[in-house]
Amino acid sequence: MLKKLRNLDFAGKNAIAGYLFISPFIIGFLVFMVAPILESIRMSLSEVNLNLTESKYAMVFNNFTNYNKVFRVDPVFNRLLTDELIKMVYTVPAIIVFSFFVALILNQKFKLRGFVRSVFFLPVILSAGVMLGLEVDNSLLQDMQQLIAESNAATSRITGVIERLLLTGGFFDSFLYYIIEIVNGIYNIALTSGLQIIIFLSGLQTISPSMYEASKIEGATAWESFWKITFPMISSLILVNMVYSVIDYFVRSDNQVMQRITDTIGKGDYGFSSAMAWSYFIIVIAVVGVLAAIISRRVYYYE
Amino acid sequence: MNKEVVLVSDAVETNLPDSVKDKKTSLSKKKYKPEKQTFKQLLERNRESGGYLFRKTFGKWAFSIGRGLLLFGFCFLILQPLLNKISISIMAETDLYDGTVNSIPRNFTLDHYRLTAQLMDYKNALFKTFGISLAVAFFQVAACTFVGYGFARFKFPFKKFWFACVMMMILVPPQTILSSLYLHFSFFDVLGIIKLVSGKPINLLNNPTPYLLMSATCMGLKNGLYIYMIRQFFRGVPKDIEEAAYVDGCGKFKTFWRIMLPDARAIITSCFLFSFVWQWTDSLFTSLFMRDMRLLSSSVNSIAGTLRDYFQNTYGRDTVPTPGLSNQMVATGMLMFIVPLILLYLIAQKGFVESISQSGIKM
Repeated sequence: MLKKLRNLDFAGKNAIAGYLFISPFIIGFLVFMVAPILESIRMSLSEVNLNLTESKYAMVFNNFTNYNKVFRVDPVFNRLLTDELIKMVYTVPAIIVFSFFVALILNQKFKLRGFVRSVFFLPVILSAGVMLGLEVDNSLLQDMQQLIAESNAATSRITGVIERLLLTGGFFDSFLYYIIEIVNGIYNIALTSGLQIIIFLSGLQTISPSMYEASKIEGATAWESFWKITFPMISSLILVNMVYSVIDYFVRSDNQVMQRITDTIGKGDYGFSSAMAWSYFIIVIAVVGVLAAIISRRVYYYE
Repeated sequence: MNKEVVLVSDAVETNLPDSVKDKKTSLSKKKYKPEKQTFKQLLERNRESGGYLFRKTFGKWAFSIGRGLLLFGFCFLILQPLLNKISISIMAETDLYDGTVNSIPRNFTLDHYRLTAQLMDYKNALFKTFGISLAVAFFQVAACTFVGYGFARFKFPFKKFWFACVMMMILVPPQTILSSLYLHFSFFDVLGIIKLVSGKPINLLNNPTPYLLMSATCMGLKNGLYIYMIRQFFRGVPKDIEEAAYVDGCGKFKTFWRIMLPDARAIITSCFLFSFVWQWTDSLFTSLFMRDMRLLSSSVNSIAGTLRDYFQNTYGRDTVPTPGLSNQMVATGMLMFIVPLILLYLIAQKGFVESISQSGIKM
């Protein structure tokens, strides 16, 4: 056996070395990913009975009852799902535009740049994991403030005033509503776009300055060179960021559907929660796939 | 605009003999330094350029002022909740209800910090959290570095398939498999062996072992992302370096260890930081596997409840902390929770962006 190994050609040795290097991943994937995934699919198709005294659990296959429950019986799942999908449609583009814009500014030279940069990356820490839940939970004071704000109606916030001025019951109201929603949620957007800013910034720094120089000599304005150089060169990263933001948006622990799933796990209804998780996962994959397919056509690769 | 001109003339000067240079510098200084001009001359120059000079200069000013305002606004937006928490955490509760106190406390106090530290068992929890985050981050990054290197540099059958698996790992939210993982570990058994020996499967929950195992095999939180980033980095390193090492008789592992790894220090550091921070703040796996260990992330999450219990134990059954006080406690707890992270971040942030830009993330 050993002799055989020693006599392998270069490609064979390469293959073995490659497998050795990725072996941690393969083991982990088979043990901690494939097994639970298969089990969770099985769970979603059956009724799970926990038996704590004998420390085991039994599953009774019950066809698509759980899925039926998710889509046709459960009163909130569909509503939460559509809510989150609609919210995603306007939040993700807002995140992309915001982070691109910020990256453009942070790429320029100005005083205190190091400080400003570290402030903008702070959300990577501030919006991770348990912090997010606390920020949402810590709503008591917010509720009080809201109560005060509501008591003197729409005049206490600037956006409230604008909202009242602009919303006249015309055709564009629904668009305006979303725009106002985005403006009101700018803090959340800034909080979720830390990593995206880093990715865009790294992309901007790889564009060679000679391109801008050449276009400047040819007489292009800054505006033109932005659309003809910066934008195409960064387009692949727009795709990356788009996919990342969509996934991040769906998987965040403050996403309502996610909260519902974890709540159901806490109640011990494993079959139902797995069914919910799987339906949700398939929908997310579909959204990401469609988005990636649309955008990757327009991505420009500079080689 | 003028600056560029000066620069060009500087470049020319260096090649000139000294005598000429002196003349030239004095000349160029007179000609190109705008602040030595009188206002009249400036107007004259502006007229000569057809208004271009003023338009350009004012445009520049307006731009940088606008940019400064915008950046200030955004920075304030991000920092405001933090500052707000700081100010809430150091004021006495009476200040909360005092309409004349806005953000600077009238009655300064550190009691909240003392109480929070006591309720969260801060020293102990900090120590434990630090240890666990360090161990987890170490295992995750070590495993991901190996795997990333394997994907970047070797050709082997089914490589595309395995990489698709990595991608899938990024896509599958951990919550999807959470319930089955939970059951998997609470009735942990490998092929029925443990049941044969001890009579029943062991319960691995409330114990960091399963999560360390998962970390060592790249299955922790967001590990797919690290694999991807490290792979992208190694793909960007020129192949010649490795080939030279091979030609000189360096083995595959030794090449990786001695040649490639030192190069990747930056990207590995930033992955380590991500991993450390995300483990520190993680509530998902922590609450699943280490519920009773009272790590910081779980105790900060439940601090309002702990405060209520504390009140009931000390002042009698019916007392509840006021909403104001519990809010202050939550704010203090959060601050104490993130201060170590912010310190770490301040130390490490300088190399942070550079290392990520080196990886040149592309798809």
